[in-house]
Amino acid sequence: MPTFPSVLLRGLLAGLVAGLVAGTFAYFVGEPRIDAAIAIEERASHSAPEADAGHHEEELVGRDGQRAGLFLATGLFGAAMGGLLATGYVLLRRRLRTVDDGRAALLLAGAALLGAVVVPFGKYPANPPAVGNPDTIDQRTGSYLLLVVLGLVAVWAAALGHRSVRPDAPYGLRAAASVGGFLLVTAVAYTVLPSFAEVPADFPATLLWEFRLASLGTQVVLWTGIGLLFAVLLGMSGGNRRPTVQGGPGRSAGTPDGADAPAGR
Amino acid sequence: MSNPTSARPLRQPAVSARLLWTALAVVAVLALLTYLVAFDQGAVSRNGMFLHELMHDGRHLLGVPCH
Repeated sequence: MPTFPSVLLRGLLAGLVAGLVAGTFAYFVGEPRIDAAIAIEERASHSAPEADAGHHEEELVGRDGQRAGLFLATGLFGAAMGGLLATGYVLLRRRLRTVDDGRAALLLAGAALLGAVVVPFGKYPANPPAVGNPDTIDQRTGSYLLLVVLGLVAVWAAALGHRSVRPDAPYGLRAAASVGGFLLVTAVAYTVLPSFAEVPADFPATLLWEFRLASLGTQVVLWTGIGLLFAVLLGMSGGNRRPTVQGGPGRSAGTPDGADAPAGR
Repeated sequence: MSNPTSARPLRQPAVSARLLWTALAVVAVLALLTYLVAFDQGAVSRNGMFLHELMHDGRHLLGVPCH
Protein backbone atom coordinates (compact mmCIF):
# COMPACT_ATOMS: atom_id res chain seq x y z
CA MET A 1 0.00 0.00 0.00
CA PRO A 2 1.45 3.39 -0.95
CA THR A 3 2.14 5.73 1.94
CA PHE A 4 0.02 8.78 2.64
CA PRO A 5 2.74 11.27 1.56
CA SER A 6 3.16 9.55 -1.79
CA VAL A 7 -0.60 9.51 -2.40
CA LEU A 8 -0.86 13.13 -1.25
CA LEU A 9 1.91 14.16 -3.63
CA ARG A 10 0.07 12.51 -6.51
CA GLY A 11 -3.14 14.30 -5.57
CA LEU A 12 -1.42 17.69 -5.35
CA LEU A 13 0.26 17.17 -8.70
CA ALA A 14 -2.95 15.98 -10.35
CA GLY A 15 -4.77 18.98 -8.90
CA LEU A 16 -2.15 21.49 -10.01
CA VAL A 17 -2.12 20.21 -13.59
CA ALA A 18 -5.91 19.88 -13.74
CA GLY A 19 -6.18 23.39 -12.29
CA LEU A 20 -4.01 24.80 -15.05
CA VAL A 21 -6.07 22.93 -17.65
CA ALA A 22 -9.26 24.29 -16.08
CA GLY A 23 -7.66 27.75 -16.08
CA THR A 24 -7.00 27.40 -19.81
CA PHE A 25 -10.63 26.45 -20.37
CA ALA A 26 -11.75 29.38 -18.22
CA TYR A 27 -9.39 31.73 -20.06
CA PHE A 28 -10.87 30.97 -23.46
CA VAL A 29 -14.50 30.37 -22.51
CA GLY A 30 -14.97 32.52 -19.41
CA GLU A 31 -12.76 35.58 -19.82
CA PRO A 32 -14.74 37.13 -22.72
CA ARG A 33 -17.82 36.98 -20.50
CA ILE A 34 -16.01 38.54 -17.55
CA ASP A 35 -14.82 41.36 -19.79
CA ALA A 36 -18.36 41.95 -21.02
CA ALA A 37 -19.70 41.92 -17.45
CA ILE A 38 -17.01 44.33 -16.24
CA ALA A 39 -17.96 46.72 -19.03
CA ILE A 40 -21.53 46.64 -17.75
CA GLU A 41 -20.35 47.04 -14.16
CA GLU A 42 -18.30 50.10 -15.04
CA ARG A 43 -21.11 51.68 -16.99
CA ALA A 44 -23.36 51.18 -13.95
CA SER A 45 -20.85 52.59 -11.45
CA HIS A 46 -20.27 55.66 -13.60
CA SER A 47 -23.96 56.46 -13.59
CA ALA A 48 -24.18 55.89 -9.82
CA PRO A 49 -20.98 57.37 -8.40
CA GLU A 50 -21.78 56.80 -4.73
CA ALA A 51 -21.92 53.00 -5.12
CA ASP A 52 -18.76 51.70 -3.45
CA ALA A 53 -16.43 54.23 -4.95
CA GLY A 54 -12.80 53.28 -5.10
CA HIS A 55 -13.47 49.61 -5.68
CA HIS A 56 -12.16 49.58 -9.19
CA GLU A 57 -10.63 53.02 -9.31
CA GLU A 58 -7.37 52.23 -7.52
CA GLU A 59 -6.60 49.14 -9.64
CA LEU A 60 -4.35 47.15 -7.35
CA VAL A 61 -4.15 44.57 -10.08
CA GLY A 62 -4.89 45.49 -13.68
CA ARG A 63 -6.95 43.40 -16.05
CA ASP A 64 -3.85 41.72 -17.50
CA GLY A 65 -2.73 40.83 -14.00
CA GLN A 66 -6.16 39.42 -13.26
CA ARG A 67 -6.03 37.26 -16.38
CA ALA A 68 -2.69 35.87 -15.22
CA GLY A 69 -4.13 35.58 -11.72
CA LEU A 70 -6.80 33.32 -13.17
CA PHE A 71 -4.18 30.64 -13.77
CA LEU A 72 -2.64 31.24 -10.35
CA ALA A 73 -6.06 30.89 -8.74
CA THR A 74 -7.16 27.77 -10.62
CA GLY A 75 -3.73 26.16 -10.26
CA LEU A 76 -3.55 26.70 -6.49
CA PHE A 77 -7.23 25.89 -6.00
CA GLY A 78 -6.79 22.73 -8.06
CA ALA A 79 -3.74 21.69 -6.04
CA ALA A 80 -5.69 22.20 -2.81
CA MET A 81 -8.64 20.19 -4.14
CA GLY A 82 -6.31 17.45 -5.39
CA GLY A 83 -4.69 17.28 -1.97
CA LEU A 84 -8.08 17.08 -0.26
CA LEU A 85 -9.18 14.38 -2.69
CA ALA A 86 -6.01 12.40 -1.99
CA THR A 87 -6.59 12.72 1.75
CA GLY A 88 -10.16 11.56 1.32
CA TYR A 89 -8.91 8.70 -0.82
CA VAL A 90 -6.47 7.52 1.86
CA LEU A 91 -9.10 7.71 4.59
CA LEU A 92 -11.93 6.15 2.58
CA ARG A 93 -10.16 3.75 0.23
CA ARG A 94 -10.90 0.63 2.18
CA ARG A 95 -14.55 1.53 2.52
CA LEU A 96 -15.00 1.78 -1.24
CA ARG A 97 -15.89 -1.68 -2.42
CA THR A 98 -13.92 -1.77 -5.61
CA VAL A 99 -10.66 -3.54 -6.24
CA ASP A 100 -9.50 -0.98 -8.76
CA ASP A 101 -7.65 1.96 -7.20
CA GLY A 102 -8.21 4.08 -10.30
CA ARG A 103 -11.92 3.44 -10.19
CA ALA A 104 -12.00 4.40 -6.51
CA ALA A 105 -10.20 7.65 -7.33
CA LEU A 106 -12.64 8.48 -10.13
CA LEU A 107 -15.58 7.63 -7.92
CA LEU A 108 -14.39 10.02 -5.22
CA ALA A 109 -13.69 12.78 -7.74
CA GLY A 110 -17.18 12.32 -9.17
CA ALA A 111 -18.67 12.45 -5.69
CA ALA A 112 -16.77 15.67 -4.98
CA LEU A 113 -17.91 17.21 -8.27
CA LEU A 114 -21.52 16.36 -7.52
CA GLY A 115 -21.51 17.30 -3.85
CA ALA A 116 -19.19 20.27 -3.70
CA VAL A 117 -19.89 21.82 -7.11
CA VAL A 118 -23.15 20.74 -8.76
CA VAL A 119 -25.33 20.86 -5.63
CA PRO A 120 -24.13 24.34 -4.56
CA PHE A 121 -24.38 25.54 -8.16
CA GLY A 122 -28.05 24.57 -8.29
CA LYS A 123 -28.93 27.15 -5.63
CA TYR A 124 -26.01 29.56 -5.66
CA PRO A 125 -24.78 29.64 -9.25
CA ALA A 126 -21.65 31.58 -10.09
CA ASN A 127 -22.13 35.30 -10.55
CA PRO A 128 -20.25 37.49 -13.01
CA PRO A 129 -18.99 40.95 -12.02
CA ALA A 130 -21.89 43.42 -11.73
CA VAL A 131 -24.17 40.74 -10.27
CA GLY A 132 -24.47 40.45 -6.52
CA ASN A 133 -25.05 42.93 -3.73
CA PRO A 134 -21.82 43.63 -1.80
CA ASP A 135 -23.85 44.08 1.38
CA THR A 136 -24.87 40.41 1.41
CA ILE A 137 -21.44 38.95 0.68
CA ASP A 138 -21.10 37.58 4.23
CA GLN A 139 -24.44 35.76 4.12
CA ARG A 140 -23.81 34.52 0.59
CA THR A 141 -20.38 33.19 1.47
CA GLY A 142 -21.62 31.48 4.61
CA SER A 143 -24.62 29.93 2.87
CA TYR A 144 -22.46 28.83 -0.04
CA LEU A 145 -19.95 27.08 2.22
CA LEU A 146 -22.76 25.45 4.17
CA LEU A 147 -24.26 24.18 0.93
CA VAL A 148 -20.89 22.72 -0.10
CA VAL A 149 -20.90 20.74 3.15
CA LEU A 150 -24.55 19.74 2.72
CA GLY A 151 -23.88 18.70 -0.87
CA LEU A 152 -21.19 16.33 0.35
CA VAL A 153 -23.63 15.09 3.00
CA ALA A 154 -26.15 14.46 0.20
CA VAL A 155 -23.59 12.33 -1.67
CA TRP A 156 -22.87 10.48 1.56
CA ALA A 157 -26.62 9.92 1.99
CA ALA A 158 -26.66 8.44 -1.51
CA ALA A 159 -23.94 5.98 -0.51
CA LEU A 160 -25.84 5.15 2.69
CA GLY A 161 -29.01 4.57 0.69
CA HIS A 162 -27.14 2.31 -1.67
CA ARG A 163 -25.85 0.22 1.21
CA SER A 164 -29.10 0.12 3.11
CA VAL A 165 -30.61 -2.14 0.44
CA ARG A 166 -29.51 -5.77 0.41
CA PRO A 167 -27.02 -6.52 -2.39
CA ASP A 168 -29.24 -9.27 -3.80
CA ALA A 169 -32.18 -6.90 -4.23
CA PRO A 170 -32.91 -5.66 -7.76
CA TYR A 171 -30.32 -3.08 -8.71
CA GLY A 172 -33.00 -0.54 -9.50
CA LEU A 173 -33.97 -0.61 -5.85
CA ARG A 174 -30.43 0.16 -4.72
CA ALA A 175 -30.15 2.94 -7.27
CA ALA A 176 -33.50 4.37 -6.19
CA ALA A 177 -32.42 4.30 -2.55
CA SER A 178 -29.24 6.24 -3.34
CA VAL A 179 -31.00 8.77 -5.55
CA GLY A 180 -33.66 9.14 -2.85
CA GLY A 181 -31.07 9.78 -0.15
CA PHE A 182 -29.34 12.32 -2.32
CA LEU A 183 -32.53 14.15 -3.28
CA LEU A 184 -33.83 14.19 0.28
CA VAL A 185 -30.77 15.97 1.68
CA THR A 186 -30.51 18.27 -1.33
CA ALA A 187 -34.19 19.26 -1.17
CA VAL A 188 -33.99 20.02 2.56
CA ALA A 189 -30.82 22.05 2.05
CA TYR A 190 -32.32 24.03 -0.84
CA THR A 191 -35.44 24.74 1.20
CA VAL A 192 -33.76 25.71 4.45
CA LEU A 193 -30.97 27.91 3.08
CA PRO A 194 -31.79 31.50 2.13
CA SER A 195 -32.18 32.60 -1.47
CA PHE A 196 -30.51 35.64 -2.98
CA ALA A 197 -32.14 37.25 -6.00
CA GLU A 198 -29.57 39.89 -6.86
CA VAL A 199 -29.34 39.89 -10.62
CA PRO A 200 -29.96 43.45 -11.83
CA ALA A 201 -33.06 43.66 -13.99
CA ASP A 202 -31.12 45.03 -16.92
CA PHE A 203 -28.28 42.51 -16.85
CA PRO A 204 -28.29 40.58 -20.18
CA ALA A 205 -29.78 37.13 -19.63
CA THR A 206 -27.69 35.56 -22.36
CA LEU A 207 -24.46 36.85 -20.86
CA LEU A 208 -25.47 35.58 -17.42
CA TRP A 209 -26.28 32.15 -18.83
CA GLU A 210 -23.04 31.96 -20.80
CA PHE A 211 -20.99 33.05 -17.84
CA ARG A 212 -22.58 30.49 -15.53
CA LEU A 213 -22.11 27.74 -18.08
CA ALA A 214 -18.45 28.73 -18.43
CA SER A 215 -18.05 28.68 -14.67
CA LEU A 216 -19.66 25.28 -14.29
CA GLY A 217 -17.57 24.03 -17.20
CA THR A 218 -14.42 25.23 -15.45
CA GLN A 219 -15.27 23.18 -12.36
CA VAL A 220 -16.23 20.14 -14.44
CA VAL A 221 -12.92 20.32 -16.31
CA LEU A 222 -11.11 20.74 -13.00
CA TRP A 223 -12.66 17.74 -11.25
CA THR A 224 -12.64 15.50 -14.31
CA GLY A 225 -8.97 16.33 -14.75
CA ILE A 226 -8.17 15.74 -11.08
CA GLY A 227 -9.97 12.40 -11.10
CA LEU A 228 -8.36 11.13 -14.30
CA LEU A 229 -4.84 12.35 -13.48
CA PHE A 230 -5.02 11.11 -9.90
CA ALA A 231 -6.18 7.70 -11.15
CA VAL A 232 -3.32 7.59 -13.65
CA LEU A 233 -0.74 8.64 -11.08
CA LEU A 234 -1.99 6.07 -8.57
CA GLY A 235 -1.39 3.41 -11.19
CA MET A 236 2.21 4.52 -11.61
CA SER A 237 3.38 4.11 -8.03
CA GLY A 238 6.89 3.24 -7.04
CA GLY A 239 8.42 2.97 -10.48
CA ASN A 240 8.93 -0.77 -10.04
CA ARG A 241 7.43 -1.43 -13.42
CA ARG A 242 5.48 0.41 -15.99
CA PRO A 243 1.73 -0.02 -15.95
CA THR A 244 0.61 -2.49 -18.52
CA VAL A 245 -0.76 -0.43 -21.35
CA GLN A 246 -3.64 -2.29 -22.80
CA GLY A 247 -4.59 0.28 -25.38
CA GLY A 248 -8.26 -0.38 -24.92
CA PRO A 249 -10.91 2.19 -25.69
CA GLY A 250 -9.76 4.47 -22.93
CA ARG A 251 -12.15 6.52 -20.86
CA SER A 252 -9.23 8.85 -20.44
CA ALA A 253 -9.44 11.31 -23.26
CA GLY A 254 -6.43 13.52 -23.34
CA THR A 255 -4.43 11.92 -20.59
CA PRO A 256 -1.18 9.99 -20.79
CA ASP A 257 -1.13 6.29 -21.35
CA GLY A 258 -2.20 3.67 -18.87
CA ALA A 259 -5.16 5.58 -17.53
CA ASP A 260 -7.03 2.48 -16.66
CA ALA A 261 -4.32 0.01 -15.93
CA PRO A 262 -6.14 -1.72 -13.12
CA ALA A 263 -3.50 -4.17 -12.03
CA GLY A 264 -0.62 -1.85 -12.78
CA ARG A 265 1.13 -2.40 -9.52
CA MET B 1 1.75 -5.90 1.31
CA SER B 2 3.63 -5.60 -1.91
CA ASN B 3 0.74 -6.57 -4.10
CA PRO B 4 -2.51 -5.25 -2.68
CA THR B 5 -4.53 -5.88 -5.81
CA SER B 6 -4.20 -9.62 -5.47
CA ALA B 7 -6.10 -9.67 -2.19
CA ARG B 8 -9.69 -9.12 -3.17
CA PRO B 9 -11.28 -7.53 -0.09
CA LEU B 10 -8.50 -4.92 0.03
CA ARG B 11 -6.62 -5.82 3.14
CA GLN B 12 -5.36 -2.41 4.01
CA PRO B 13 -4.67 -1.56 7.61
CA ALA B 14 -7.35 0.35 9.48
CA VAL B 15 -6.90 4.09 9.67
CA SER B 16 -4.45 4.65 12.50
CA ALA B 17 -4.54 7.55 14.91
CA ARG B 18 -1.27 8.85 13.52
CA LEU B 19 -2.63 8.85 9.98
CA LEU B 20 -5.74 10.62 11.19
CA TRP B 21 -3.73 13.41 12.80
CA THR B 22 -1.52 13.77 9.75
CA ALA B 23 -4.61 13.92 7.57
CA LEU B 24 -6.13 16.54 9.83
CA ALA B 25 -3.00 18.70 9.59
CA VAL B 26 -2.95 18.33 5.81
CA VAL B 27 -6.62 19.27 5.56
CA ALA B 28 -5.97 22.35 7.72
CA VAL B 29 -3.13 23.52 5.47
CA LEU B 30 -5.12 22.89 2.30
CA ALA B 31 -8.17 24.64 3.76
CA LEU B 32 -5.95 27.67 4.49
CA LEU B 33 -4.71 27.62 0.89
CA THR B 34 -8.28 27.39 -0.39
CA TYR B 35 -9.26 30.25 1.88
CA LEU B 36 -6.47 32.47 0.59
CA VAL B 37 -7.26 31.71 -3.03
CA ALA B 38 -11.02 31.77 -2.89
CA PHE B 39 -12.23 33.81 0.08
CA ASP B 40 -9.65 36.05 1.79
CA GLN B 41 -9.66 39.82 1.32
CA GLY B 42 -13.05 40.38 -0.19
CA ALA B 43 -15.49 37.68 0.67
CA VAL B 44 -14.53 37.21 4.32
CA SER B 45 -11.85 39.52 5.67
CA ARG B 46 -11.54 43.10 4.46
CA ASN B 47 -7.94 43.85 5.41
CA GLY B 48 -6.96 44.80 1.90
CA MET B 49 -7.99 43.95 -1.60
CA PHE B 50 -4.84 42.56 -3.17
CA LEU B 51 -5.76 38.87 -3.02
CA HIS B 52 -9.29 39.68 -4.14
CA GLU B 53 -8.01 41.57 -7.15
CA LEU B 54 -5.34 39.04 -8.04
CA MET B 55 -7.62 36.02 -7.75
CA HIS B 56 -10.64 37.96 -9.05
CA ASP B 57 -11.26 36.16 -12.34
CA GLY B 58 -10.53 32.77 -10.82
CA ARG B 59 -12.99 33.38 -7.99
CA HIS B 60 -15.73 34.35 -10.41
CA LEU B 61 -15.13 31.44 -12.76
CA LEU B 62 -14.68 28.88 -9.97
CA GLY B 63 -18.08 30.00 -8.80
CA VAL B 64 -17.35 31.16 -5.27
CA PRO B 65 -19.03 34.33 -3.99
CA CYS B 66 -16.64 37.15 -4.86
CA HIS B 67 -18.27 40.50 -4.22
